[in-house]
Amino acid sequence: MDKEEVKKKIYALVEKSVGKKKLKSSDIQKTISAELGISRDEVKEALKDLVDSGTLIYTYFGGSFVEIPPK
Amino acid sequence: MPKKYDTPLLDQLEKGSYPSFVTEIKKAAAKNEQANDLLGALEQCYKDKKTHWKHGGIVGVRGYGGGVIGRYSDIPDQFPGVAHFHTVRINQPSGFFYNSKALRELMGLWDQYGSGLTNFHGSTGDLVLLGTKTEHLEPLFAEVSSRGWDLGGSGSAMRTPSCCVGPGRCEWSNIDTLDITYNITQEFQDEMHRPAFPYKFKFKTSGCAVDCIASIARADCSIIGTWKGDIRIDQDAVKWYAKNGMDINAEIINRCPTRCMSYDGKEIKIANEDCSRCMHCIAKMTKALRPGKEKGATILIGSKAPFVVGALLSWVIVPFMKMEPPYTELKELTRKIWEWWDEHGKNRERTGELIERKGMRNFLEFIGVNPQPAMIKEPRRDPFYFWQPDELK
Repeated sequence: MDKEEVKKKIYALVEKSVGKKKLKSSDIQKTISAELGISRDEVKEALKDLVDSGTLIYTYFGGSFVEIPPK
Repeated sequence: MPKKYDTPLLDQLEKGSYPSFVTEIKKAAAKNEQANDLLGALEQCYKDKKTHWKHGGIVGVRGYGGGVIGRYSDIPDQFPGVAHFHTVRINQPSGFFYNSKALRELMGLWDQYGSGLTNFHGSTGDLVLLGTKTEHLEPLFAEVSSRGWDLGGSGSAMRTPSCCVGPGRCEWSNIDTLDITYNITQEFQDEMHRPAFPYKFKFKTSGCAVDCIASIARADCSIIGTWKGDIRIDQDAVKWYAKNGMDINAEIINRCPTRCMSYDGKEIKIANEDCSRCMHCIAKMTKALRPGKEKGATILIGSKAPFVVGALLSWVIVPFMKMEPPYTELKELTRKIWEWWDEHGKNRERTGELIERKGMRNFLEFIGVNPQPAMIKEPRRDPFYFWQPDELK
């Protein structure tokens, strides 16, 4: 699957969870790989791109989570 | 820089014969505004009998999910110098070997971008830089990484692996702890810098069972050097020890935990099949006894300090593994362990806690390791081996 599509799916998932549940990287990998029928490594790669570009960030609140950076 | 705060409570911590962190902060405070305000903020914490620090949040450097621990004061107006006081973890060299040039360079950068205060080393092993502002994180990281350093681990990730000095200084090391640590660090960069685990995971590698770095109590995966075969004995050296006043029966024979040794006043004999390779005799009689020639490591799993549940010691899962580069067997085993933990672990649940909850049998079945007598944790207790229905046919 096209990496850009995977990135869009990841971003949408994180965006949808704002204010409801903080997502761990493994939550995202499990959900997206099951939804798109791709390997977790592919999801990891796309997630890495999103973090490297600053589109998503890691946060720490008693555990490490992936979130949208504050504006 | 002039003294800004009176610190009668902190001053008490300088009394006595031990080194004092207060003295060190005062030294740094003479030339650094952040360290100066830290004294005031700490004094206030002692005065109020509560912490004024908040930790965690959203600081870090781009692309990394760990290595920076956000720390903020809840009274920033009173102590603006420590409104942000983030900790930066730098991945230490294996065995903590530095040269003075590297240290000077790093400390120069830290004086420029931070409080000048350090912790050599944190309990995980990182070189810890204590106290910088959010806006200094990226420039500091750029400078530090351009000189070959990298950040360590933090959060729900593989933490910076650490080890004893191993063959660098110790002739009794059964494995190359330094190379194993470096190799693990390189192999699992993604797991260290992009947190994806239920909670932290630590590797510590000890060259032998003396375990100078206490890996058995402090690491989710303890790698401890050991050997196969008989302990090598130099009976002439045994005689030398006896002649020079060593009470061999009291100091060696009677202290052997498995009672596998005997001494007739002339020679030591060892029933090697009963030896648990604890290293006591070898460490006491360094001239007379040596480990067997076939070297490797025992892999143990699950130790941790008391937090969510009580403290655990690591548990043997592989009694003997050859440890030769590129350490494929260890890496494959590690990935299986992580896979099981990722599948079943709750948020903030360590591997040892998960094994306690799900059972060692369940764990061993998943990672594909057969139960063996060396895994028995306590005498007369076998908590994980049960017959399967199909084995009873």
